[in-house]
Amino acid sequence: MTFSPQLEERFAKMLQAYPEGKKRSAVVPMLIYAQDETGAVTPELIEEVAKRCEVTPLQVDEVVGYYSMLHRKPQGKFHVQVCTSISCMLVGGTELYDQACKKLGVGHKQTTADGVFSLEEVECMGACSWAPCVEVNYDYHHNVSPEKFDALIDGLRKAQ
Amino acid sequence: MANLVKVKINGQEFEAEKGTLLIEAARQNGIEIPAFCYYEGYSLQAACRMCLVEVEGTPKLQVGCTLPVDVNRDGSPMVVHTESETVKSARKGTLELLLTNHPLDCPVCDKGGECELQDMVFKYGAGESRYSETKVHTPEKQWSPVVFFDAPRCILCYRCVRACNEGMGVGALGIGNRGVIAEIIPNKHDHLECDECGSCIDICPVGALTSGTYRYQTRPWEMNHVGTVCTHCGDGCKTTLGVRDGEIMRGNNRDRSGINDEFLCVKGRYAFDFVNHPDRLQSPMLKNASGGHDPISWSQALDMVAKKFSEVKARNGKFGIIGSNHTTNEENYFLQKFARQGLGTKNIDHHRTGDLATLFDALSGKNDTLASVGDLYTAKAVLVVGNDLSQQHPLLANQIRANFRHHAAHIYTVTTGEVREDKQSIAKVRVKQGGELAGVESLREQLKAEASLVILFGDSVQGDSLRKLVAFGDSLGIPVKYIGLVDYSNSRGAFDMGIIPRDGGLSREQMLAATDLDVLWVVGANPLKSATLASNAFVVVSEMFMTETAKRADLILPAASAYEKSGTVTNVTGEVQKLKPAAKVMGTKTDLEIAGSIAKEMGLNLGIWLPDKMLEEIRSTVHGYNVPMPILSTGGAAPTQPLNGRVAALPGTIASSGDTLFTSGTLGRYSKMLNSVMEAPGALYGGNK
Repeated sequence: MTFSPQLEERFAKMLQAYPEGKKRSAVVPMLIYAQDETGAVTPELIEEVAKRCEVTPLQVDEVVGYYSMLHRKPQGKFHVQVCTSISCMLVGGTELYDQACKKLGVGHKQTTADGVFSLEEVECMGACSWAPCVEVNYDYHHNVSPEKFDALIDGLRKAQ
Repeated sequence: MANLVKVKINGQEFEAEKGTLLIEAARQNGIEIPAFCYYEGYSLQAACRMCLVEVEGTPKLQVGCTLPVDVNRDGSPMVVHTESETVKSARKGTLELLLTNHPLDCPVCDKGGECELQDMVFKYGAGESRYSETKVHTPEKQWSPVVFFDAPRCILCYRCVRACNEGMGVGALGIGNRGVIAEIIPNKHDHLECDECGSCIDICPVGALTSGTYRYQTRPWEMNHVGTVCTHCGDGCKTTLGVRDGEIMRGNNRDRSGINDEFLCVKGRYAFDFVNHPDRLQSPMLKNASGGHDPISWSQALDMVAKKFSEVKARNGKFGIIGSNHTTNEENYFLQKFARQGLGTKNIDHHRTGDLATLFDALSGKNDTLASVGDLYTAKAVLVVGNDLSQQHPLLANQIRANFRHHAAHIYTVTTGEVREDKQSIAKVRVKQGGELAGVESLREQLKAEASLVILFGDSVQGDSLRKLVAFGDSLGIPVKYIGLVDYSNSRGAFDMGIIPRDGGLSREQMLAATDLDVLWVVGANPLKSATLASNAFVVVSEMFMTETAKRADLILPAASAYEKSGTVTNVTGEVQKLKPAAKVMGTKTDLEIAGSIAKEMGLNLGIWLPDKMLEEIRSTVHGYNVPMPILSTGGAAPTQPLNGRVAALPGTIASSGDTLFTSGTLGRYSKMLNSVMEAPGALYGGNK
């Protein structure tokens, strides 16, 4: 499996960042950056990361199963994550999530038919001061009201 | 022991080495701190919270399995309570949590009666649960013919994961997902590709991992447990057979009664099923006119053999006797006595799988040069030459892995292909067959720097090259011990007892090739699998199955297997252990009884042929076999003394059988379980990764 030259460069640097014999430490960052480029953690990617980090594919599989940010199936172009942990819940996070389901027509960990949006109900993202919080890919959106959410989605749809 | 400190446990003061884990310090002094995840010899997990103890001066309960023993800051001893009310209530709480999703299907669970979770709940309570939610349930999965997994029963102690990863060096098990849906996962998504050793099943404290042969067959308390020696390879693992009504239900070594501790491979744990194979021969058979065989009675058969033997002996005819690698020392000793004294022939041999004659001769005059199974665990350095240990000698491989894990031993490999030991080796050399010595030579400087060394070598090092290897060992200037690898459960014993063509006898090949042979007597061997018999000899075969050799036989005598008899066997490292009869197969006789009966029919006086009497004779006459009886009779492994005298070279060829982890000569062909795993028949050198 090959990646873009930029990613390859990043991986090469990454593997040198850990002490001798500890390549295993690179499993998580390698997976997440590779996922950004390839769209999902496929069995081929697991094999590849295992080879590069000198662990068994099973050991990579364990990591993939553990971290909810690693996805085995491709996400939408915009991965919408709505927080429903306590701070967000208190100021309408749960309602916001329900609205997201309706607006996008999909549920938790599902992707729209056109592949543009995917939705995920997530735990605390550490933005409690600006609750409720929504994260789209790596961008945070704070104090998201129902109107603001609709506008956000419509804007993204136009922009794509 | 250096640096002893005092520690007070439950009001009693003990001494322990500083840094000992509290759970170990307590165990050493007879105080049991319960634990699921802690397992001696494997890495620490601290996952189950059962070993919580109260340490005075520490506000919260401490985890006993990761707490090193030390003195307090003021120099006073650590004061620990392992069974205080607080501790008991914490353990009860832990158990209540473990039982949240654990099904209470104990009445049908294989583990019921010997389940650690059951025992803990029995001890600490948690008989009532405050949870009223529905238990999370997932269906049971089959991962291989051997391994079944029932996720809801799993308490996620990680024992199996560590046993497979660290113990076996296979790493076929892991943990998938997390939280309440976390479960053990196999390496191939829905199935296992591994050694199929079943150590994950044995080590499971609950009934989450169950065995294909044993599941739903019996209750543990209905069995008698017979500790005997595995009859497959030469390593001499103790296998404790669970026997119900004369039938073997399972094999394990949970009682850690042997040199193998808990270790067993797929053969020791599962390949006992040949005993009850429907093809077992259960009656003597006489060749009929059409080339087939008809059953006859034992008395007719013995009479016929005796008459034939007496007749050939009377006219100074030519006998050839091929002995077995699986029969006991007593049987082998009696057989060679029968041959030499009873029949007056030197033509006796067996399938030799390692060049022991040259090894013993090359080592003559040197002391302490043969390594034991235990030595492999303590040796500072180990050199493996020309053998795929994890396939052919799984126990020895296991010892080396444990030595590396616990003592960071230096492992060197000189092999023709990739071996599992490569992963732990500090130097690996790939050679072509025959190039082993050059490979070893290339490691000279590194090996010289070691404090001591154990060299294991396979059948590719024999004759001259073996002498050169020993000379190489001598030239290193460090203490060197050797293990000459031989394949079968009593290969070493067959050699030591004299099933060898010494003093000018014919070798196996020469007997088969001789055109004037009058009688060929084959005991538990299958020489005609890969060779033909040149003569028209009268062939007598004692065998368990209708092998290629048995088919050619004029008379077949049904023999008992090693699991059906008493006696001793000598393993690859020359350690003698006792067999105990576990099963009984109707119509069969042990080879000692068969040979003894023939002797009686012939009117020969070869002494009393009871196993115990035979052992007495062996101890007083066979060099090196004056082994201590207390060790033997209590089920221990008694080391033989090295020959320490010149040994004449023997005619004939020496070759390993090439058996893998999933084959075992004739026995393997008749083990349903061994043939049912998808890895079978396996391959040497990197074949099962």
